[in-house]
Amino acid sequence: MGKGKRKVPGLNQSSTADISFILLIFFLVTTSMDTDSGLSRRLPEWDPNVEEQEMTIKERNVMTVKVNKNNEILVKNGKLNRPVDIAELKDIAKEFIANPDEDPNLPVIEPYDIEGYGTVNTTIKHVIALQADRGTSYEVYFKVQHELSKAYTELRDAWARRHFGKPLIECDPKTEEPIARAVYASKISESNPKEYGTEQ
Amino acid sequence: MSKFRSNGKREMPELNTSSLPDLIFTVLFFFMMVTSMRDVTPLVQVKTPTGGSEIEKLERKSLVSHIYIGPPAKQFRATMGSAPRIQLNENFAELEAIREFVHAERESMFEKDKPLMKMSLKIDKETHYGIVDDVKLELRKAKALNIVYSAIQEKPKN
Repeated sequence: MGKGKRKVPGLNQSSTADISFILLIFFLVTTSMDTDSGLSRRLPEWDPNVEEQEMTIKERNVMTVKVNKNNEILVKNGKLNRPVDIAELKDIAKEFIANPDEDPNLPVIEPYDIEGYGTVNTTIKHVIALQADRGTSYEVYFKVQHELSKAYTELRDAWARRHFGKPLIECDPKTEEPIARAVYASKISESNPKEYGTEQ
Repeated sequence: MSKFRSNGKREMPELNTSSLPDLIFTVLFFFMMVTSMRDVTPLVQVKTPTGGSEIEKLERKSLVSHIYIGPPAKQFRATMGSAPRIQLNENFAELEAIREFVHAERESMFEKDKPLMKMSLKIDKETHYGIVDDVKLELRKAKALNIVYSAIQEKPKN
């Protein structure tokens, strides 16, 4: 019937680019590249029976940080008891947590066994009790949390530099970093200071 | 001289565009990989606080659920006032709904990821702490203990 050989006509592909452009623009528009970031915390377990339990902690081991509804910060530990500025809080917390001069009014320094490292002398029993009024602005509360967290990080960093000879960010996240973290373990309690609800 | 002289009319050669679709496809695939659909339409206005060195990025988005707290968006002001409200998924919610929300979120995750679940609290910085405390108590009751106070990282000043 036909003339024998017949060529398959080539498909017109000139619109492929347009189609993929439309797809590309769709994904460009719907993409949100922003990654979420924030301050990580771990809440204490909730147990209705525990609320009544009281644990006595030596007075020198406790630092109370109160934030009232006028957003004023009051710090009370064995050494001082006064309203402080947010900028001072980190250094006060660092001095309290580490007790570098072995002040008898600041937390007890005692040997503490860390798995995989050995025994270190640290203030393992210290507690920072954070009490915020319901009327406190969240921003101030967040800043207080941030400053306390920063105090711990700086102490861990200094410790890592002394014992591993390198800053905390260069430490091995699987082996060295948890050790530095254990030496200055975060002990921020957000309930009544007599209770032992700690936030990591 | 005449050896190099062109003979008058010269046509511009047509550009070969046959590889253009491939190029676009490559870019398209890149965006398809990195894309994650915009999660929810915000019903509350949230401006999270800013922090410095302690702010860390959340790596695995599939582990994170969001709770928004802030004053209702402008179009709801007339009916709801401007007191801070909680938003879960696409709706305004009361405190009691948080537990159910946590369970639903937990059910939707893989078994091995369940203990790693994180709640990202996106809270407006003008909010009073009281409502935050209530939400935290509800989260403790729901055994969702890993939380993140969502914040923007400030660029270092140097």
